[in-house]
Amino acid sequence: MSTTERELKARLEIMGGLGAEDEAGLNPARMSLRNLDFFYGATQALKGINLDFPDRQVTGLIGPSGCGKSTLLRVLNRMYDLYPGQRATGEVLMDGENIIAPDVDLNDLRSRVGMVFQKPTPFPMSIYDNIAFGVKLHERLGKSAMDERVEWSLTRAALWGEVKDRLSASAMGLSGGQQQRLCIARTIAVRPEVILLDEPTSALDPISTLKVEELMDELKQDFTIAIVTHNLQQAARCADQVAFFYLGELIEVGTAARMFTAPKVQRTQEYITGRFG
Amino acid sequence: MASAAEHIVKSYEQELRQLGNLLTEMGGIVENQVAMASEAIVTHDSTVASKVVEEDPRVDAIERQVEQFVIRLLALRQPLAGDLRLIIAALKITGDLERMGDYASNVAKRSIVLDQFPLPYSLGGLAHMARLVQENLKTIIDAVGEQDADKAVEVWRSDQAIDDLYNTIFRELITYMMEDPRNITPCTHLLFIAKNLERIGDHATNIAETIHYAVKGENLPETRPKGDTSAYAVVRPKE
Repeated sequence: MSTTERELKARLEIMGGLGAEDEAGLNPARMSLRNLDFFYGATQALKGINLDFPDRQVTGLIGPSGCGKSTLLRVLNRMYDLYPGQRATGEVLMDGENIIAPDVDLNDLRSRVGMVFQKPTPFPMSIYDNIAFGVKLHERLGKSAMDERVEWSLTRAALWGEVKDRLSASAMGLSGGQQQRLCIARTIAVRPEVILLDEPTSALDPISTLKVEELMDELKQDFTIAIVTHNLQQAARCADQVAFFYLGELIEVGTAARMFTAPKVQRTQEYITGRFG
Repeated sequence: MASAAEHIVKSYEQELRQLGNLLTEMGGIVENQVAMASEAIVTHDSTVASKVVEEDPRVDAIERQVEQFVIRLLALRQPLAGDLRLIIAALKITGDLERMGDYASNVAKRSIVLDQFPLPYSLGGLAHMARLVQENLKTIIDAVGEQDADKAVEVWRSDQAIDDLYNTIFRELITYMMEDPRNITPCTHLLFIAKNLERIGDHATNIAETIHYAVKGENLPETRPKGDTSAYAVVRPKE
């Protein structure tokens, strides 16, 4: 084989590799679900979920309404603990520890697993205090350390430039997109390991949406992210891994590139192409 | 994996069907062009030959239509998964069909020129090759219309026979040229005709690969049974 032929062959192999159905682009798991069931009273909302969230990458959770994807997020930071009659069985493993075990400290867990909701939920207080509020629950910081933390979180949430001159102004005066980025700043201020985003841009205009998406790209350098979204194009743009849920079951999971070009399961294909019926 | 179920948005479903219809229409015209060109090789009928050439602008027009349609679908529908694969496939297939039409025109033009020469050579082999190419073309156009990956594989495998015939014709024509320089002009034209038919066969296998990926979401293996060895062929005069 001549040099040119060898080069050509190597290039073809690379091209073949890009199209291949490998999941090789995914990092080792930061959080792993093992045989996870969840019940609202007698109703089973999640059935035997096994899923890995790759470290410092974005996992998109997709599926029709009522498929269990938002429920899954609520399990991951144990929000369901607030409601009697709701229970989870199985394992959610972080560093080998099952975080849904009864003896896990909830405050500690929620500083490790942060959550951002569909509608921006700023507290009715200043921009500065919105950030400081959560930090104070977990850490005792001096004035200058707190200032630093506030600036750090607002910078990481791509909001610092827009609010640095009015930190004492009420957060309620910010636009919807700014409020959502403030909520993201508040979440990352406690330096969690995992960030859960439940349709974080569904109430935002396209430009604010893109800013949040760009932010996710930045944040995944430090954090493991799970995002529930009904916008498939958003999942395609942001997620490294995509998991499709239907009726409480995990139907298919794979890299976003594969899931959106060549899903293996017929039901995934039908949902993704808008043929659900 | 193609979807059996209908799209929830009816207008989208209609547009996808319309795209398929355009390809089938284009395929039909090209199939006819190749059939007429093959006939012209044997009959040197200039009326038939010029009909082949006259169809070219229609094929080009449909190609442009498909291209614009695909761009619009990508922008407005943002297709994913099976739909995305089929829409991209349409863009590639239309390019292949357009090339096939061009080759058919070229064959037709050359067949007219051949009429002026006494041929040293039986056209049986060439006619047989043309028949195989037409069979493959028909099957692949059906595969496009029916989104049938099995038919595509059938075409992909059977191109070898066309290549084998081409090699034989290639060597044979060279020997005629060596025998008598007066044969060079007609044999060169015949050589191009054979090569064009062989290329049409190759484009049919391209379409086969495209359809297979569009329907199954998996590529056919990189190495196809290939038989055109004429690139390395050396025919020397007997000492």
